[in-house]
Amino acid sequence: MSNTAISVTDLSKKYGERMAVSHATFEVPLGTICGFVGPNGSGKTTTMRMLLGLITPTGGTGEILGESIKHPERYLPRVGAMIEGPAFYPALSGKENLNYLATLGGFSTDRVQHLLDQVGLGDRAKSKYKTYSLGMKQRLGIAAALLPNPKLLMLDEPTNGLDPEGIQEVRALLRSLADDGTSVFVSSHLLSELELISDYLVMLRKGEVVFTGKMRDLMLDQQPVIIAKGANSGQLATLLAIAEAAGHRAMIRDGAVHVEGPAEWALDFNKAAFDAGITLSQLTPQLPNLEETFFEMTGEK
Amino acid sequence: MWNVAFSELRKLRRPTLFLGTMGAVVFFSALFSSLLFLLIDSPDGNSDRGRTVSREVLALATGGVQGFSSVGGFLGIIALCVFAAQTAQEYTYGTLRNILVRQPGRLRVLAGKFIAMKLFALVMIILSGVISISASILLAPRARVSTDLWFGADGRHALLTTFINIIISVIGFGTIGMVLGLLLRSPISSISFGVLWLLIVENLLIAVKNSLQDWMPGAQLAAIASGGKPRGMTTGVEYSHALLVGGIYVAVGAIVASFLFVRRDVSN
Repeated sequence: MSNTAISVTDLSKKYGERMAVSHATFEVPLGTICGFVGPNGSGKTTTMRMLLGLITPTGGTGEILGESIKHPERYLPRVGAMIEGPAFYPALSGKENLNYLATLGGFSTDRVQHLLDQVGLGDRAKSKYKTYSLGMKQRLGIAAALLPNPKLLMLDEPTNGLDPEGIQEVRALLRSLADDGTSVFVSSHLLSELELISDYLVMLRKGEVVFTGKMRDLMLDQQPVIIAKGANSGQLATLLAIAEAAGHRAMIRDGAVHVEGPAEWALDFNKAAFDAGITLSQLTPQLPNLEETFFEMTGEK
Repeated sequence: MWNVAFSELRKLRRPTLFLGTMGAVVFFSALFSSLLFLLIDSPDGNSDRGRTVSREVLALATGGVQGFSSVGGFLGIIALCVFAAQTAQEYTYGTLRNILVRQPGRLRVLAGKFIAMKLFALVMIILSGVISISASILLAPRARVSTDLWFGADGRHALLTTFINIIISVIGFGTIGMVLGLLLRSPISSISFGVLWLLIVENLLIAVKNSLQDWMPGAQLAAIASGGKPRGMTTGVEYSHALLVGGIYVAVGAIVASFLFVRRDVSN
């Protein structure tokens, strides 16, 4: 029995001359929440579509729950998915839409009301889908993905359109599913959300995997940053020069100087700034968050 | 396959679609049959394209199903629209990806949908038959048409053959609708193309060159519905010819569309 939920090797998809996904190789361990991140157009949705048997890879191999992606019928009954947002029949109610999918997949319709309650749509179960707000549609999409009581849940931007409370609820739901043994593969542009819940991370850039591994390892590998501000903004250039003269990479961002270097160097930096006649109004050593790491690794922004 | 069919029936039975379609079937079935009897003495004719169906013809064993037979082509157009819309909307709503995640066997998806839509068409045909024949029975005395032969063995045979012919024709039209839905992936485009072709383009082409009626798909399916060229008539399509040519159109269309459906990436 394989201990990976997803395992792909050299997975590629080419549209004409454009490589949408290029030789992607990564694994997602069972029972983890794996964040799947990358800029728009980096190939996240294409990869998910290949894993779900919706599009045929141009090359490479893959396994989901121990079964080859060439035979999606062998693993899809144990997989729940929401790709590129929710898609349902507007003239049917939320409950009818889920009943439709339950019948289609050969699942009992008994769970439908429970799932609607679980995602907070219990009282709007009989309203037509076309009357739902974006957040409600998203919740219905998540309920649909949970229909098969999945071993692997694949969600593409599940928090789109949700209010902060809804985002928090989805985060708690995914965590509890993972705690119960469900593997979760989730893409989101809300990197701060992924940082909070993901154990594992796969990062794509222009169709290529630029990082795959434990979230903790990625963050520990990052160079700490010292953020410094002078009493007035005209002193930023001088602070930048001090940092660069000391051999550190530095840049001005958001009205402060960001210097790559160990936290201990903050003392030397403070002294050098003082010697240059600058009184610092901020001096904060910190590890970069996922968003900063993402921008660093993908070359975005 | 049966899971697909049962789930599809959940969609097809929704009141706006089911009652709306059946309402149209009831209205037009009653209208077509009633006009046959109410306009029997009209100099402008009492059937399609100004044809006159005489009292003597209506008194034959086939007279009771004459109205039902006339409405067959119309039922075909309804079937084409329903089959095309139900197939193509999966692309426009983006629901095809949900379906294929839950049921990855693409041919099974097509077969299940087809079975469900055939059942829908069957209900439509039965309802149309009941309304058409009831209207004929009710209006025959008023039009002074004898119904004696309608209820004999020949009448029952006529009812059975008309029913079978209309089923073949309607399923043929529906299959063309499904093929168009799969190829064009838009309900509006597939319905517009299908209806315009069958109602306007084919008729124009046949008007320009009459022999084309032997080769146009809509003309073949309409000929099947009406039982083919009436005995002794010089115009019209032979039943066996219509069955062969219509069958080839439907089969080739279904094979090409199924092949594309199975092979094509689902990227919307």
